[in-house]
Amino acid sequence: MAAEMEPPPLGDAGQTDFREIEDGEGFFVSTVTTLESPEPSSPDPPSMPAEGISTNGPKQEDISLDDDPEDLFAEATEEVSLDSPEREPILSDGPSPAITPVTPTAMLTPRMGLGTAEMFERSLDEIEEDDSGDTFDMHIAVSDPEKVGTFNTVLMYSYIKTSMTIFSKNETTVRRRFSDFLGLHSKLASRYLHIGYIVPPAPEKSIVGMTKVKVGKEDLSSAEFVEKRRSALERYLMRTVKHPILLKDPDVMMFLESSELPRAVSTQALSGAGILRMVNKAADAVNKMTIKMNESDAWFEEKHQQFENLDLQLRKLHASVECLVCHRKELSVNTASFAKSAAMLGNSEDHTALSRALSQLAEVEEKIDQLHQDQAYADFYLFSELLGDYVRLITAVKGVFDHRMKTWSKWQDTQLLLQKKREAESKLQFANKPDKLQQAQDEIKELEGKVQQGEKDFELISKTIRKEVSRFELIKYWEAFLPEAKAIA
Amino acid sequence: VSSVNVDLQTDATLQVDISDALSERDKVKFTVHTKSTLPNFKQNEFSVVRQHEEFIWLHDSFVENEEYAGYIIPPAPPRPDFDASREKLQKLGEGEGSMTKEEFTKMKQELEAEYLAIFKKTVAMHEVFLCRVAAHPVLRKDLNFHVFLEYNQDLSVRGKNKREKMEDFFKNVVKSADGVLVAGVKDVDDFFEHEKTFLLEYHNRVKDASAKSDRMIRSHKSAADDINRIASTLYTLGTQDSTDVCKFFLKVSELFEKTRKIEARVAADEDLKLADLLKYYLRESQAAKDLLYRRGRALVDYENANKALDRARAKNKDVLQAETSQQVCCQKFEKISESAKQELIDFKTRRVAAFRKNLVELAELELKHAKGNLQLLQSCLGVLKGDT
Repeated sequence: MAAEMEPPPLGDAGQTDFREIEDGEGFFVSTVTTLESPEPSSPDPPSMPAEGISTNGPKQEDISLDDDPEDLFAEATEEVSLDSPEREPILSDGPSPAITPVTPTAMLTPRMGLGTAEMFERSLDEIEEDDSGDTFDMHIAVSDPEKVGTFNTVLMYSYIKTSMTIFSKNETTVRRRFSDFLGLHSKLASRYLHIGYIVPPAPEKSIVGMTKVKVGKEDLSSAEFVEKRRSALERYLMRTVKHPILLKDPDVMMFLESSELPRAVSTQALSGAGILRMVNKAADAVNKMTIKMNESDAWFEEKHQQFENLDLQLRKLHASVECLVCHRKELSVNTASFAKSAAMLGNSEDHTALSRALSQLAEVEEKIDQLHQDQAYADFYLFSELLGDYVRLITAVKGVFDHRMKTWSKWQDTQLLLQKKREAESKLQFANKPDKLQQAQDEIKELEGKVQQGEKDFELISKTIRKEVSRFELIKYWEAFLPEAKAIA
Repeated sequence: VSSVNVDLQTDATLQVDISDALSERDKVKFTVHTKSTLPNFKQNEFSVVRQHEEFIWLHDSFVENEEYAGYIIPPAPPRPDFDASREKLQKLGEGEGSMTKEEFTKMKQELEAEYLAIFKKTVAMHEVFLCRVAAHPVLRKDLNFHVFLEYNQDLSVRGKNKREKMEDFFKNVVKSADGVLVAGVKDVDDFFEHEKTFLLEYHNRVKDASAKSDRMIRSHKSAADDINRIASTLYTLGTQDSTDVCKFFLKVSELFEKTRKIEARVAADEDLKLADLLKYYLRESQAAKDLLYRRGRALVDYENANKALDRARAKNKDVLQAETSQQVCCQKFEKISESAKQELIDFKTRRVAAFRKNLVELAELELKHAKGNLQLLQSCLGVLKGDT
């Protein structure tokens, strides 16, 4: 298997691997019901590359490092057909409770043993290295929400992107609705969170805001809401594409390129999937409290603590900034009313000079009011939203940490189970019941496999988290605050 | 220290000021210092200690004095109100556990500064009242006033008890009803008619402006408070680590801290120059309205007396009595009218001058602060950019 991947350059191999996983995922998706049914990556692998080729056309860009998706797909077709018979037995396992269903790593390891896992890791590294050479030239702007549809008015946000080398066109405009963004986020989250990547959090749904807009209220608050959402989505997309791994994800690429996306059904706030998610979240919270991990790695301990602190402080900061914004708005409102009142006073004053002075005062105050308002908005959009994003990001980071803990605990559980089975096995050996013995031994083998895999999972998560965290830290803050400071002045 | 300038003539014959004030738990003791060359006083320079209630007593004695019906009685100073400040201090004390030491000391300092500011203001208000009385050609000769200034011991003026307060309340109700009645009477004199309408309108608008300016300043202050909190949170963030990001945080925190100081100053200055001005003129215009009311009342009485006289002459009964009462009313009315005219003109002059002074100062201060703010931001930006 590994040999077959040799021919194309190593960079490709990694990506091919990647693509394969996506195909494999297609398989899984059809068996697991929690994800949306009209999945773009259809369960039939050969048709997907065909789809890919047809949408992207035969354009081949002359790029040294990254190849077009079409090439990869073409290669993938070969690989897939060879692999498919092997995949069946694993699929029949069904999503085992000890392993989260959609982990690509889980797919790889039992199938190919250690070799491919290493290759996978290596290839991921290479992807990252490759990217460091590639000029990151992507520009996404989410703009102009428009209302579409009469009954069920939906806001469509369009966005444009430019000049990214791996994409086929230079500039594209696509229209997406909010639930599409959420759908993308949930897909990415389910795919990557478990192996330790920090997926940027998507903006939240707000039923009140949306209904206001839907009803058609053309007042200030709904305009603000739309603006808020728009900038949040823009930032979300920028963050997502900045992440080198997420950028290569076909869902992301499809999101950015194709003109039609199937409705992401499971993102509706009051749907069954939503409730399931809430239940899951609650269960997770309970779990978190009961799992007590024996932190052997000091680095993690320290980072965890740091993030906790950071989270706390950022939340406080965010709250204060929101307060400030609120008060500034109040100030501008009050200044406006004072201006009016001063004008009236000026009117009634019969001493002409004083009257003039007072009306001048009124005008000045009005201008000040405008200024205050602007400042409030600037503060709001730059500062407070950014902080909110960071708070959410940190929650995502914490989520990743939590997953790591969960994986660890599962690993431990599996080990315990294994031990028990082994004991049972030895007991059976004593009692000399051949068939039961066989069964026990099978179970043991399976458990051993799971244990190994759990271990691997854990290590992989740890490693990825480290990388992620180092990427996360410094740069982002700089970029964020400097423009904000410029804006105040 | 007088926040509202009423443009008084500094007359050497009688100069009054409040040289000192002491704040005790729920009362303030003012030291009223007088310098005078008038023969009525035993000494040329002396001081007494007075409390707020005694000021009110003096004011009320003016109001109740029929002789002064034709003058604008200087409005009484507002009660010293430290309740709000005290409440905040208490809340701060309760919430001490929930914030960091720096935050706590900072907020405490702020509250103390606020307390001090309120204190200064109330002293100024009382002083202005006394100065106005001293500057008024007739009122300054009032005996009660002299007693107030000179009498060494406690005037044993007790605050009005409940019954008296109820009486006052009813009196006010009657008065306002009457006021409406009187205001409906058209005045023969154009000047007064004009003044009446003007004052009414002006009074309402000043009230409105005063309320709105208060609100504006309050939100300004809360914004400044928020900036304070942001500054301290940033500071905590900054001290957690010594990486570049954290140094950055520290600088931004400093920036916010300074901005907050400026914003707080702006709010305070606005308060002083604008809000207080408006509040004072609110009270003054009320006093002027009261004057007009009294005059209007006198006019009505005069007209009634005229009618009574006519009736008496017609019936030829009690003519003399009617005549005398008519005479009395006539005199009263004319006296009031005369002085009222002058008073109102003075009022206008005073008002214009006060507004001018305060608005000019307000503008200058706002400019100064805005420039300071701008400089601060620019320097901070420079520092930040230099670091990048």
